[in-house]
Amino acid sequence: MEGQRVQLLVTCLVDALAPQVGRATLAVLENSGCRVDFPEGQTCCGQPAFNVGLTDQAREMAAHTLDVLDETEGPIVIPSGSCSQMIVHHYVELFEGTDRADQAERVAARTRELTQFLVDDLGAAPSASCDGCSVAYHYSCHGLRGLGLEAQADRLLEDIERVDLEGDKECCGFGGLFSVEMPAISAAIMDEKLNRVEASGADILVGGDVSCLMHLEGGLRRRGSKVVVRHIAELLAGDDK
Amino acid sequence: MSQPVSFVTRADALLGSKEAAAVVKGIRHFTEARDRVAEEFPIMEELRDRARTIRLHSLRHLDRLLGHFADQVTALGGTVHFAADADEANRIVAEILHRSGSRLVVKSKSMVSEEIELNSHLEDLGVEVVETDLGEFIVQLAGDTPSHIIAPVLHLTRQDVAALFSEKLGVEYTDDPTELNEIARTHLREIFLRADAGISGVNMAIAETGSVVLVTNEGNGRLTTTAPRVHIALMGMERIVSRWQDAAVVLEVLARSATGQRLSVYTSVITGPRRPGDPDGPEETHVVVIDNGRSEILSGPTAEILACIRCGACLNVCPIFRTVGGHAYGTVYSGPIGSIVTPGLHGMEPWWELPYASTMCGACEEVCPIRIQIPSMLLHLRERAAAEGRLPGWLNRGMSRYARTTTDPQKWRRAKKWASRLSAPLASRGWLRRIPGPGRGWTQYRDLPRPASESFNEWWRTNRGS
Repeated sequence: MEGQRVQLLVTCLVDALAPQVGRATLAVLENSGCRVDFPEGQTCCGQPAFNVGLTDQAREMAAHTLDVLDETEGPIVIPSGSCSQMIVHHYVELFEGTDRADQAERVAARTRELTQFLVDDLGAAPSASCDGCSVAYHYSCHGLRGLGLEAQADRLLEDIERVDLEGDKECCGFGGLFSVEMPAISAAIMDEKLNRVEASGADILVGGDVSCLMHLEGGLRRRGSKVVVRHIAELLAGDDK
Repeated sequence: MSQPVSFVTRADALLGSKEAAAVVKGIRHFTEARDRVAEEFPIMEELRDRARTIRLHSLRHLDRLLGHFADQVTALGGTVHFAADADEANRIVAEILHRSGSRLVVKSKSMVSEEIELNSHLEDLGVEVVETDLGEFIVQLAGDTPSHIIAPVLHLTRQDVAALFSEKLGVEYTDDPTELNEIARTHLREIFLRADAGISGVNMAIAETGSVVLVTNEGNGRLTTTAPRVHIALMGMERIVSRWQDAAVVLEVLARSATGQRLSVYTSVITGPRRPGDPDGPEETHVVVIDNGRSEILSGPTAEILACIRCGACLNVCPIFRTVGGHAYGTVYSGPIGSIVTPGLHGMEPWWELPYASTMCGACEEVCPIRIQIPSMLLHLRERAAAEGRLPGWLNRGMSRYARTTTDPQKWRRAKKWASRLSAPLASRGWLRRIPGPGRGWTQYRDLPRPASESFNEWWRTNRGS
């Protein structure tokens, strides 16, 4: 059987800090019948620089990413709403009126966040599994408001015991370099979120962005909480432990 | 206007304070009501689109609309004054008061009067100024500053107000809201009757009829603009629409977004001074149209911010505002909208850091009745701050180094290896509890995962590579 060919872009954070999420994403895509390529020249999409206003540096990183991706074929799948919306929305802005404008448009048009690709494009989406555990889902802002992703994760988590998480569509306080530049405020917003996570009774906190999850997991660990944090790809791949 | 202390310092001092707790508690009323009322009103989304079109149209035709408005007001027997900056606006108001022999002035809520610091200017000239909006009255009594565009005392509790009233007004302590309201009402009623002049803000001016629209919930706006002999309306120059039907659309989304009301309790429309045969109303009306930096904003990349109708919805949903409250911003306009307006009106120094007080979560744009692209304007201002060299050295240098590393896959591979090796001795079970350098802010509050000993890229090349 000749499956659909896709390009996996794991993001810099997954590559360096959470490779298990990259392997889970790979497994989910392969289990769904895709032939997965991993463009080895990929590094960082440039969002950290873009978000602090260092546009020149952001453009350099974006140009590199565009070059790496543009020579490949098929959908570009990213296990992050945030990096996806960077490519989908901001690359086009960054290169508007330059000789990379077409390239940015081409790559943006091929870019899909993981849950979006599985549900909207593949249709035959897998179900997440997690034996005997209850899950709270955090909708990360850039996927939710930047790309309009909400129903996709809900659909993937249909067969799982979900608990209500108050404020599950509110920001967790991460905000990229905001978390380092204004750490006390970031942590105060996080604390409110973690109080709600703990009050929800969930065993596992799940999300679609390693960035927010690493901030929340770091906070839960600091509190000595028993709540486990997983990327949705890990549940979809059956790596729930 | 300038604040020597940074946003972060002010905000950190407010974290966990009684004031911040009051904000959290108060704000929930607004967001819940806003969501409820938006849900029950199926054409809300369509009206937001229309309100946006109307406001952007106003900005494109501002000169013409203001000219038309001034002609209409003049024809009605009123006077329009144009003030280039705060000083000129203050001078104009002072002259009107002086000429009309006004010594006691009542005010209904006006953010632009806060912006130009009118009260202190008038008090220096010996004019007695009394705020009559309940929130502003409390702020004035406390010698405080408003902390929210539409809810000036969001940061105070009912008990705070009770203590303040009993101390300053010499009444018996009560924290019953109805009784507190009655105390303020009785106190203010007598002042309304004695006042020589009334100063109000303007929610919207209507060019075709020369009317000003005031939206209040307490009726104090109506008394301020009708009881005294002189009425002075202060408006930011962007606060105008062409026609009545435009104003109606904006009103539909304003109260819903602000307080979750379908319409505010009072919507007053003032069209010129008292006419022959009118039983009441001021003999003189003045409208002071204030620029104070707006022309500059209008010609730049954040021009759209002038379409704001000051509902405060973006403040209410902002994770930062909700956590620290409005005083952290150190200026009249706080929250997401303030982080764009303030550097625009008062310059990047020292206000450039306000655009960084955001996680870019986009909740503001989602609720903005005018669909103002707030996050993208925050990014514009960040870009400007960075271009002006205002970012800390570590961030500039670090990001340049990061860009050099990530544009060369070999360097990126080596950097990950080094990061993993260097962090190994600091880590416990794959996590770091404390790291040195600029990232220490992270580990002050949370653990950090240690860079993996085998990156995904490396794993791929070993296991799947060609």
